[in-house]
Amino acid sequence: MSREDYEIVIGLEVHAELSTNTKIFCSCPTKFGAEPNTQTCPICMAMPGTLPVLNEKVVEYAVKAGLATNCEISRDSKNDRKNYFYPDLPKAYQISQFDKPLCENGYIEIDTENGKKKIGLTRIHIEEDAGKLNHDEFGGGSLVDLNRAGVPLIEIVSEPDIRSSEETEKYLRKLKSILEYIEVSDCKMQEGSLRADVNVSVRKKGDTKLGTRTEMKNMNSFRSITRAIEYEVDRQIDVIKDGGKIEQETLRWDEVSGKTFPMRDKEDAQDYRYFPDPDLVAIKLSEEYIQNIKESLPELPESRKQRYLEDYRLSEKDANLITSSKYLSDLFEEAIQVCNNPKAVNNWIISDISRILNETEMEPVEIPFDAKQLGKLVILIDKGTISSSIGKKVLTELFENPRNPEEIIKEKGWIQISDEGAIKEVVLKILEENPQSIADYKGGKDKALGFLVGQAMKETKGKANPQMLNKMFLEELNK
Amino acid sequence: MQVSREEILHIANLAYLNLEENEIDSYILHLQDILGFANRVNNAPVENIDITIGSNEATNVFRKDEIKVFEDYESLLQNAVTREQNMFKIPKVL
Repeated sequence: MSREDYEIVIGLEVHAELSTNTKIFCSCPTKFGAEPNTQTCPICMAMPGTLPVLNEKVVEYAVKAGLATNCEISRDSKNDRKNYFYPDLPKAYQISQFDKPLCENGYIEIDTENGKKKIGLTRIHIEEDAGKLNHDEFGGGSLVDLNRAGVPLIEIVSEPDIRSSEETEKYLRKLKSILEYIEVSDCKMQEGSLRADVNVSVRKKGDTKLGTRTEMKNMNSFRSITRAIEYEVDRQIDVIKDGGKIEQETLRWDEVSGKTFPMRDKEDAQDYRYFPDPDLVAIKLSEEYIQNIKESLPELPESRKQRYLEDYRLSEKDANLITSSKYLSDLFEEAIQVCNNPKAVNNWIISDISRILNETEMEPVEIPFDAKQLGKLVILIDKGTISSSIGKKVLTELFENPRNPEEIIKEKGWIQISDEGAIKEVVLKILEENPQSIADYKGGKDKALGFLVGQAMKETKGKANPQMLNKMFLEELNK
Repeated sequence: MQVSREEILHIANLAYLNLEENEIDSYILHLQDILGFANRVNNAPVENIDITIGSNEATNVFRKDEIKVFEDYESLLQNAVTREQNMFKIPKVL
């Protein structure tokens, strides 16, 4: 049997750090990158006698996430303790939610080759993050930093509805963009604010029973998630083909070797002995509270996409790319306010800006210039002050040292030559230098015109107005 | 309510407790006792009573999302057996 004879079944547990000012059960700040243990207090350090108090924003953000992903919101909810020992968990239990999560039974839609597909969400619950273990290279020990302990998380658990690594990536990107749009998480994967655990199993096509699954941890980019799934699927199929059995276990993905390894303690099957946290009281949400949050939800990516298709006539592909990031989408809309040329702004974003982002592995939020500067760039080209090839140079400048494009072109002497006399001078010079091209053109080779225009652009370092060049070359050649 | 020897050992293992051989039987009895009581509670008539969450009747005790920095974080590290770069140093964990 080959790989085509198997069906892949994937479910995801996604943890997103909420962008609240303070931790979930104490008033410590949550800023990323602070000096170790400077954002801690007796509560998140688990000192005896301390009491947790729930941050109201955490509930609000989780409900927002639930409403944006078509979940039912629980009117009655509570926190539970999940018990396990690990040095990054100072209380030896994590406050989470067990049988009464805030949100249940949602879904999000992804675009596949066969049209839209719904990926079910089992639940969204709130919980606290653990601390961070740093591994000391020299001293042979581990170092515990509890700044992250108590940072609020939502865990979003999907149904096993995903069938490939491509669908996994689409689901994650969609989820990420929704969370960014509703501004409950900054979703920076490299800082660990969005992390995914992936449950994978395979079964023979046509089987209705799920195969035994393995859970993979330690992936922190879309690329490593895709690689890990592909590796694990092949591994499982190989085991089955050899007559073996898949063991239910937790695996660690190793980015360097590109393999998964079993994590220890697997014989101690998960036994977290959940029970209601007696230090915390029940959460009861009123209809009014939920309604208010519903009304405060901003426009979501899907709706923006529809608007771009209808109002601006963008292609499906372009609209998908721009709306995949709230930042790009905001940049698009605000730049249009400035220059009133959606087609041009779209082109800049999907071609040059996206290319630079890819090349430099930058996230859209890291774009250094603002929408006003992008809009101005479009205006300068529309007015003929600069050519679009100079426009590309201005964009590069905007990435390197963002400032008003007008200043940039003045400083660099990039203003387009649109003076008829000056252009004519260049045209005559180029014609004189290229008699062969004149002969070619007259002999019916239209390409020669393009060559001449190119030479003139080179001569003027891209500053000549291309339309005027074209026109004037034609005039001279047809004389 | 029957508790097995294996269950006691499993629970001890989860709690990182080392039980002596002669302690196991007494824990079996203790735990059976506790579970027996829980069973009595389980069988109490609760029809027509609203479900409560937790033993406390209060609900929605929330805090505003406002930062209060705990200044004396030095004191939080004072019990650390070993300390390095402002972190708790512990035996190596993978």
